[in-house]
Amino acid sequence: MPENVLQSEAELESQSSGVITGVMPGATPVIQIENLHKTYDLGEIQVHALRGISLSIYQGEFVAIMGASGSGKSTLMNLIGCLDRPTRGNYFLDGQDVSKLSKVDLAHIRNRKIGFVFQGFNLLSRTSALENVELPMIYCGIPHAERSRRAHEALLSVGLEGREGHHPAQLSGGQQQRVAIARSLVNNPSLVVADEPTGNLDSRTSVEIMEIFQRLNNERNMTILLVTHEPDIARYAKRVVVFRDGKLRKDSLVEDRLDAARVLVDLPIVDDDDDDEKEA
Amino acid sequence: MDFRAIFRVALKALARNKMRTILTMLGIIIGVGAVICTVAIGEGASNQVQEQIASLGDNMVMVFAGSVNSHGVHMGSQATKTLTPGDAQAIAQIPFVKYVSPGTGAGEQIVYQDQNWFSGVQGQGPAYFKIREWPVIEGSPFTQHDVQSASNVCVLGQTVVDNLFADGENPIGKIINIHGLPFRVVGVLAPKGQAPWGQDEDDTIIVPYTTVMKKLAGVSWLHSIQASATSARTVVPAEEQIEALLRQRHHLRPDEDDDFIIRSTLDIANAQAQSGRVLTLLLASVASVSLLVGGIGIMNIMLVSVTERTREIGVRMAVGATESDVQNQFLSEAVVLSLLGGTMGILAGVFGSMLVADMLHWPTLIPPIAIAIAVVFSAAVGVFFGYYPARKAARLDPIEALRYE
Repeated sequence: MPENVLQSEAELESQSSGVITGVMPGATPVIQIENLHKTYDLGEIQVHALRGISLSIYQGEFVAIMGASGSGKSTLMNLIGCLDRPTRGNYFLDGQDVSKLSKVDLAHIRNRKIGFVFQGFNLLSRTSALENVELPMIYCGIPHAERSRRAHEALLSVGLEGREGHHPAQLSGGQQQRVAIARSLVNNPSLVVADEPTGNLDSRTSVEIMEIFQRLNNERNMTILLVTHEPDIARYAKRVVVFRDGKLRKDSLVEDRLDAARVLVDLPIVDDDDDDEKEA
Repeated sequence: MDFRAIFRVALKALARNKMRTILTMLGIIIGVGAVICTVAIGEGASNQVQEQIASLGDNMVMVFAGSVNSHGVHMGSQATKTLTPGDAQAIAQIPFVKYVSPGTGAGEQIVYQDQNWFSGVQGQGPAYFKIREWPVIEGSPFTQHDVQSASNVCVLGQTVVDNLFADGENPIGKIINIHGLPFRVVGVLAPKGQAPWGQDEDDTIIVPYTTVMKKLAGVSWLHSIQASATSARTVVPAEEQIEALLRQRHHLRPDEDDDFIIRSTLDIANAQAQSGRVLTLLLASVASVSLLVGGIGIMNIMLVSVTERTREIGVRMAVGATESDVQNQFLSEAVVLSLLGGTMGILAGVFGSMLVADMLHWPTLIPPIAIAIAVVFSAAVGVFFGYYPARKAARLDPIEALRYE
């Protein structure tokens, strides 16, 4: 297994930081960020979380966002995920300026254009996998039968057929994260934002989750934004963006990309029955 | 999100915490139940009084001879001698008046064979039975002809029959002795029971008023005149016209007081209803305090629930719930909670009032409007006390909510 392709942030920083897209020029980017600022006013002091970020991400890209805590990557994720609005600058999502939208409009954008995957899964407890996946569709008025059909389809695509009625407590961490991925996909978003999706998972399960993201990226040309602080996980993406002190320090293509499907073949299966044990 | 979906989500959320849901609802259940129960008891009592008053007669207006106040000496009621059969005839001419019966009376010892009984003898006209809506169940009432000829005939109340005659003996046609004079029994009245003031109405003997005036009391004046208005709506105008007519006939100057007392069943009913209403209102307002306490319980639990489910709120917002979606969700939970509590409270109230009626022999009556008000009120409690927690949930910042541990 090749190692240390992305040894450290320091090394990344030494590389060229020119804008890399790898996608056909002229197309409208899914994400176009221009000189984005975010300042938190804490009364006595002002925290400059983002100090002028510009970034374009195109359809079909798989971008890993890296940076230490406090680097501004979480703030950027919240802005890209339309959970928050920038203090200054512009953010175009699918060509639409969303930086000045109202809270209600932002909720609609989140509902239709963005799929979230979180570190802590964030499934509704005591609610079946199927109902968890149906959740985003409830908020855009999709009729019950259609909701159920699409939720089944999404669970099938993450390999959870037959677990529709299970509650999160009856599922392993990896399975819960797959439910969360299914939930992020049901409204056919332009963008999936995954915030440390493998942070709570063991290494094999992490690779399994990355395999799903890679498959979605390859087969459906899905645009994926992955926040991680693990260099190993970042190597499954196509492009890596590094933040420090509220600024974009590094933007480069992953040269030695890992193929999760192939990594899985080589990984020893430690607890194959782990999922089933949890279920029992 | 449509209303049915919101309702279903609310029910599901409440079902997750059954014990807490039931305990929270208990406040509303007890509150609504207590209100329904007290209203049922109050309404039942006032309904009974109304029925008793209605049993007095058919839109009755009663004129009594007034008290005499001569040189500061009070002579007691019905002491004036100005009320005459002529007044009764004049009253009968008033268009709003349907029936008139002149009334007089005396307390007399009554003897039949070896039995005797002391009872009030009332002199009345034949219209009296219609005015009082008091049917003669055996025999027949005396007639206008009996009045003109001052015949010795009488109609007996049930209590008098029970005391003078042996079981099974038919009193019709029998001769009884009143004031030493023989009277033929022509009819027996249906039992009427107690008057609203507690007197046994059945302890009475009714004879033509002319017979009392000429043969028993030897007077030319009346104690009272009973009249029926043509309808419930004409009771008040009839009362006013009778008063004006009598003042004119008695030659009273404008500065003089009436020498008679005039009352209608409506006056009595109104006075009774007024006091009943005050009592019911008082009881219901005490009971609604517990409804208020129940509402505060809902608010408390909803606030706990919002805090507990902060992450859930964050997730819902992240996947596209708007502020109003979240607010509606929590508001509908509060409303479903209070409406379910209200419905059970109505059942508890109905059951409780049945228990009161059964065990305490207290008549209860649940007016349908009280149930409608209970439903609306409990929903209003849910909206009122659920609004603040729901607002709090909707105002959460999704980023903070998602990070909440």
